[in-house]
Order: sequence, then C-alpha cells, then structure tokens
Amino acid sequence: MSTPYAKLPAWADYGLIPVINLFVAFVVAGFVVLLVGENPFRAAAVLVEGAFGRGQGIAFTLFYATTFIFSGLSVAVAAHCGLFNIGGEGQGYIAGLGIGIVCLAFDSVLPWWLTFPLAIIAAAAMGALWALIPAYLQAKRGSHIVITTIMFNFIAASVMVYALVGFLKPANSMAPQTRTFLDGAQLPKLNWVIELFGAKIRSAPFNISFLLALAMAFLVWVLIWRTRLGYEMRTYGHSSKAARYAGISETRIIIVAMMISGALAGMMALNPTMGDQHNVALEFVSGAGFVGIAVALMGRLHPVGIVLAAMLFGMLYQGGAELAFEMPAISRDMIVIIQGLVILFAGALEHMFRPYVQALFASLSPRSVGMEAIKGKGA
Amino acid sequence: MAQAAIELIGINKSFGAVRANRDINLEIVRGTIHGIVGENGAGKSTLMSILYGFYQADSGEIRVGGQPASIKSPNDAIALGIGMVHQHFMLVDNFTVLENVILGAESDALLKKSITKARSELERLEREYGLEVDPDAIIEELPVGLQQRVEILKALYRGAEILILDEPTGVLTPAEADHLFRILRQLKEQGKTIVLITHKLREIMAITDTVSVMRQGTMVATRETRKTTVEELAELMVGRRVLLRVEKGEAEAGGVKLAVKNLTVKDSRGVTMVDDISFDVRAGEIVGIAGVAGNGQSEMLEAISGIRLAVSGSVMLDGKPIDLTGAADPGELRDRGLAHVPEDRHHVGLVLAFEENENSILGYHDDPRYLRGPFLNIDAIRDDARDKITKYDIRPADCRLKTANFSGGNQQKIVLAREMEQDPGVLIVGQPTRGVDVGAIEFIHKRLIAMRDQGKAVLVVSVELDEIRSLSDRILVMFAGRIVGERGPEATEGELGLLMAGVEHREAAE
Ligand SMILES: Nc1ncnc2c1ncn2[C@@H]1O[C@H](COP(=O)(O)OP(=O)(O)OP(=O)(O)O)[C@@H](O)[C@H]1O
Ligand SMILES: [Mg+2]
Repeated sequence: MSTPYAKLPAWADYGLIPVINLFVAFVVAGFVVLLVGENPFRAAAVLVEGAFGRGQGIAFTLFYATTFIFSGLSVAVAAHCGLFNIGGEGQGYIAGLGIGIVCLAFDSVLPWWLTFPLAIIAAAAMGALWALIPAYLQAKRGSHIVITTIMFNFIAASVMVYALVGFLKPANSMAPQTRTFLDGAQLPKLNWVIELFGAKIRSAPFNISFLLALAMAFLVWVLIWRTRLGYEMRTYGHSSKAARYAGISETRIIIVAMMISGALAGMMALNPTMGDQHNVALEFVSGAGFVGIAVALMGRLHPVGIVLAAMLFGMLYQGGAELAFEMPAISRDMIVIIQGLVILFAGALEHMFRPYVQALFASLSPRSVGMEAIKGKGA
Repeated sequence: MAQAAIELIGINKSFGAVRANRDINLEIVRGTIHGIVGENGAGKSTLMSILYGFYQADSGEIRVGGQPASIKSPNDAIALGIGMVHQHFMLVDNFTVLENVILGAESDALLKKSITKARSELERLEREYGLEVDPDAIIEELPVGLQQRVEILKALYRGAEILILDEPTGVLTPAEADHLFRILRQLKEQGKTIVLITHKLREIMAITDTVSVMRQGTMVATRETRKTTVEELAELMVGRRVLLRVEKGEAEAGGVKLAVKNLTVKDSRGVTMVDDISFDVRAGEIVGIAGVAGNGQSEMLEAISGIRLAVSGSVMLDGKPIDLTGAADPGELRDRGLAHVPEDRHHVGLVLAFEENENSILGYHDDPRYLRGPFLNIDAIRDDARDKITKYDIRPADCRLKTANFSGGNQQKIVLAREMEQDPGVLIVGQPTRGVDVGAIEFIHKRLIAMRDQGKAVLVVSVELDEIRSLSDRILVMFAGRIVGERGPEATEGELGLLMAGVEHREAAE
C-alpha cells in the first residue's frame, strides 16, 4: 500500500496546499499584529501595497527574489540527490571573494558584459569549491553533510573577514569592504522594464542578474528531468540501494550534485554585490542562503515553484520593510517573526494540512457510478 | 443460515481511469477462513483497504455483523473489530514487542501503567492462541515470521474479531507458514473470522473454508473450498487454462558462461553468510539454488551482481575474471552481459517514486539508445517502455504511471522486462515469482525457459521448492552458507528437503 489516502491532483498538490499553508501563516501573523495593538488588515494592506503597489516596490521585490531563486535552486538540486545542503549561506558568502577579485581586477579594463561572465564563473567556482569539501567528507568518510556544511558557513565567515580587512580592502580605508566597483563591474538595471508598464521608479537595485536566475531555473529543470546526470541524482536521492544496483557511483554523484548546488549558491552573491552595492562588504549575504531552504521546500523542489516562492519571500522582505516604516508599533523584529511564521507553516510544517486535504479529496473523489463511459478500460 | 460477519454490497472504486473494484458483492461468514485469490492488479488489496478504511469506496455499502457501517479510517475499522496484517509490516523496528503492541492504544497517560496492564493481556493472548513471542524482544532482532506474529497480536490486542491478512506467506519460510496456519486455525476455533489473500493456491486448499476469485476488478466466483480444485481456481482467475507446471525440453548445455570462484561474503555485522562457494552455470541451462531463506542466498546474489562487496571471490564472465571484492561495480558486470533481477524489487530493483518508463532504464541509463549526448532521449525511453509493457502484458498499460501504483506482480514484470530485454548472456534472478499470480508465474517461467533455449546461462534463487524443481536443469542446495549438494530435476521434494535442513550435510561431516 503506497498512500493510505487519495492521491491529490497536481493543482491541489502544488497550488492549494501552499495557499492553505500561507493563509494559516498570515492568520497567525495577524494575531501577532493584533497583540501589539495594530490592525492586522491594515498591516496586510500596507505589506502588499509596499511590495506591489508602486513600481519602486515591485522592483525591490524582484531584486530580493533574484537572490532567493539562486539559493532555492541550490537547495533543490542537492535535495533531489537526497542531500540537505545547509551551506548555501557560506557558499554564497565565499563566492563574494571570487567576485571581488574578478571585479577589482577587470572593472577598469573590461566592459560589464565581459566582467559579468568572468564573475559568474568565479562565483560558481568558489561556491562549488566550498561545497566540494563537505561533499568529499560525506562521500568518503560518511561525515554528515548537514553538520559539515553548517561548519563551513562559519569558516566562510572567518575567511571573508580575513579577506575584507586584509587584501580586498583599499589600503587607506577603515571600512571592511572593497572599494566601489567601476562601471565595468556594475550590472545594468532592469527598472526600465517595469517602467514600460507605466510605473515610476526613483531608484531600485533590480538588475540583469534576475534574468540569469530565470535562466538557471530553466537549466536546473533540464538538469533534473532531462539529463542522465539528473536521472542518476534522482535515483540516488530516492534510494541509495537502487543507485548502487544501477551502477551509479555514490562518491561521484554526491560530489557532483553538491558542487552544482554550491555553484548555484555562489551565484546568488552576484545580485547584491555587482547588482546593488557595487562592492563586496561584510555579511552581504545576510541570511539569503537560509531563506533558500524555505523557498525550496515551499516550491516543492521544482524550479517553477521555487521562482514563485522566491517572489513571495521577496514580497515579504520588501513589504516588511515598508510595514516597519509605516507602522511604528511593528518593528523590524516583528517582520522577522512574520517571515518566520511563513517559513514555519510553508516550509517546516508543509505536510501539516496534507492529510486533511487528502481525506477531503478522498470523500469527493469522482463517483465511478458516473463513469460508465470508460467501462471496459482499466486493469 | 450462518451469520455474516461482513457483507460488501455493490462496492466500486476507481483510481483515475483504472476501475480497481467494480460492483463487488461479498459475504464473509462468521467463524470461517475466507480466501481471496486473483491476478495481480485484480483489486484484492484495494477491496481490503476499503474494508479497513484506508480508502473510501466511490459507492457501495459495508455491513459489519448485519449493521450498515461507515468506515472512514482504520480507527473506525478497529472500533468495529476489524484488524489487518499488512504485507509490509508496520512496526517500529527499535521498539520492543510490547511497546509495538500498545503503540497507539495506550490506555493511560503514564506509560508504566499501560505497560503492566498490556503485559498481562499480551500473555493471555499468547497463551490462548499459541502466539509465543518474547514481549521484551526488540522487533528488528526477530525473524520475519515472529514479526508477523506481533502484527497479529497487535490486531487481537485491539479486540479484532475479524482479521485480514494480505499475502502473509510471501515472506515466510515454509516452516513459518505452517506455523502461521496453525495459529489461524486456532483463531478460527475461537470464533474469529479470517480473510486471507494469497497467490498460493495450495494454501487456499489447505486452510480456507470458502474462496472467492477476483478478476479485473470484479468478483467472478465464490466456491466452497472442498468442492473446488486448484485447476478450477487458476482458470477462474485468469480466464483461461493455466499450466501449473511449465513444460520444457531437454537442456542443451554448452560451455561455461558464469563461473563463481571461492566466494565468501560477510553481512554488515561481520557474520560469514557465504562460505567459500564455487559453481558454474553453462550456456543453455538453468541452475536453481534451493534453500531455506536466510542461508546465504541473498548475500550470494548481491555479491555476484556487485551490489555487496565480497570478502573474497570472483566471477568469470565469458572466460574473463572479475574480482568481486574491493571496487566491484554492478555497472561493469552489467556491461559484461550479466543481468540481475534482485530479490528486493521495492528497494533495489525499482525506484517506486519514478514513473514506469524511468524504471525501465534503471541500470541501462548509460545506453546510447536512451540518450542524446548528455540528455535523456525521452521519446526513445517511453517508446521502449511501451514496447515492454505490450510484450510483457504489464497492467495498467501506462508508462507514465508512478511505479508505486502498480500491483506487486506487475512491478515484478517491469523489472523482468527490463533485464530480459537487454539480451544478456547471463541472467541471475532472485525470487522470480514472489507475490506474483499464477498466470504471471506461467508467463515468467516460460520466459526464463525461452532465455535458456536461446543459449543463455540462467541462475535462479528461490525459496519456493516447487519453482526450483520445475525450472531447474540442475539444483544446488544451500545450507548455512555452503552448497551442500547437487541434484538433478528429478530429485524428490523429500530428498531436497533433507538437504535444505542440513541433515545429510551433518551426517557427512560426522
Ligand atoms: N493508489 C493508487 N493509484 C492508482 N492506481 C492504483 C492505486 N492503488 C491501486 N491501483 C491500481 O488498482 C488496481 C488494483 O490494485 P490492487 O493493489 O488492489 O491489486 P491486487 O489484486 O492486490 O494485486 P497484487 O496481487 O499484485 O497485490 C491495479 O491496477 C493498480 O495498479
Ligand atoms: Mg495486493
């Protein structure tokens, strides 16, 4: 017996359940808002208005979403191979080192469209390298990847502090960050696309790396469902015994999957550095790697779902900032609570309402008395 | 007129386009053992799952003890005195027997109190029904036969009057199965009602009072067991006459194709399971390995196919030696023409979460036929899967269906189709027909013999002595990790049985 309850149609599985989870998260968040003496409906309105109301808000929402798409894809690729990569944060952070070196070296001599591909390669390579060591330890020594990737987050943080107060920093500066990149390492904005629809944007960091993120989402889909490598990863992810039977090398598949995952995590560093701040600074990843876990779970490990979930989290970031600004009783920390609730219900408690929905569908399932048309078919 | 324990009236259940149960009517008389037989995918498990509340019928009525009952979940079923023993046990491996029995039925907030109460209750049940198990044994340390007993105890502890067993003997050794049947008879004497699903018609004849036959979702017949025969049941199930014993010509054995040399295998705890065995399989012959489950057959198969590393030993494939220790690789063996149908299709031979067509290339996903550069050639893979579905009559004929949704026998056919259609020189098969219906057994046996007649070397491991005797050209008997004898296909059951029990071996050693 596979599932004791009715199998859900795809639209319920991928559409209804996330919506229910989100709804519950917002109801609980609403109570929290009520608790601090604000009107939850107005708060919701401010949040949505802040994220989507004006061109400015939309641009910021998409800017945040860009980073989350990369980190969500990173988690998903590893998860399809049965690996839980919690190290996206560190892999993204260390990628800043590669980006910094490339940009500082080339921004004065190359145009952005030549620097960008080099920076992509550097970021992906650094991220992949940072994932390689935990992957190797898992594959060869059985050290648990969750533990090692977490530890590597801390190591990445230390390495970056060392680099940013050391050789990456201009000699005469007090701030632990690189100098500002020149035009040759600044990514073009995409704000004009939103302005095409008649919105006005003062200034927002929404940039071309968004397109790279969408391209990567497509490539991840191709990788997972259309390539031999993806097939091997999924086989291993579902059953290591079946993978062994099929002649798939455990060591190789773990290392390859983790390096791809790390490369994607590394690429998320492009957006805040070359796209927004135009430098590499301390703590520039600021938790986006961890948000990726929630994004990937909520997106059901599918690139389309991940893009949508990344938009949602982008909205929470942008709308949340607006909310903290508009409603004094709601502090920045409250926003973190709301985001946490969404992660809790949509990510961690993803399956909480599933049995009920399944039971509901089981009792509503098509009455076969009305299915005479297909008589004679079937088993 | 005897009283009905359960009546099912006009039950319908569809999964998408598949009508798993159509208009089923069934009456089960109190205090009897009622068998249900039918082809793979006939809808037996679905019907029982409806009775146990796992699925809801699309339409129809269930009456328990004459009263209309609404069974919406297993809890409802338990409350009505219905218990079920699943084919795949639902026990917590690292809990004790006692803990498993009370799990979910704890009567007090304090575990201590429920445990004392449960212990005396459990002891009473064990005495009453001859179901001895040590209440403090850890589940994972018990053999499957005893684990199953715990499942039965669990149901009885919850007050089951009606016990459903879905293919209970598939995983048991013959001795364990005999013991199970003694228990079932005892339960019947105490007035319990038992529903037994099995593919083994001999078991039906031996133990049931009544037997119902299902075919393609419908209930085609109900017979009193003493008034029917195995042949009649087989014909009712499949809709045509079935050969219960395959016919085959003389083997024309050629040169040695597979030579196993000095194979020694230890299990994960370091216990020697296979102890320095050597044997040959020649082209054009089927060699059967007989033995009681747990005498090293599984480990031997895994080692020969490269899944489990051996302590020592090698195989010669077509005269080339391949080391089975160290870096043995199933892919390399497969490339050299060794195909393997593993015993454990659920965890090894298939990825249940995959679509059928994805499983039909498992292990052969490197084959250029299925690839376009680094990409999967989806069209080629699906066409190929559809071909196999037709050729092997896999049902439902849908290569996009999730593999977990195929019935057990059809899952087995998926694996067999994949391995046989690669046209390997050597085919090794573990438990070729475990959980497979009589029609499919006939089909699989014919295929294996056809492979042999094409000059392939076939090695079959099975705990079904009948199967070994009817398929093999040579029979090797395994006992305690060693090959203790070789016999021809004419060997009697008694003779093989003694060898399997290690009797002759022990005498020879003295
Ligand atoms: N959850 C499900 N989703 C879709 N189809 C299903 C599902 N469960 C069963 N089926 C289909 O319903 C039919 C009946 O399956 P069922 O498991 O009841 O067969 P069975 O008689 O128990 O077979 P077996 O002897 O192989 O165990 C099969 O065609 C099967 O593929
Ligand atoms: Mg079944």
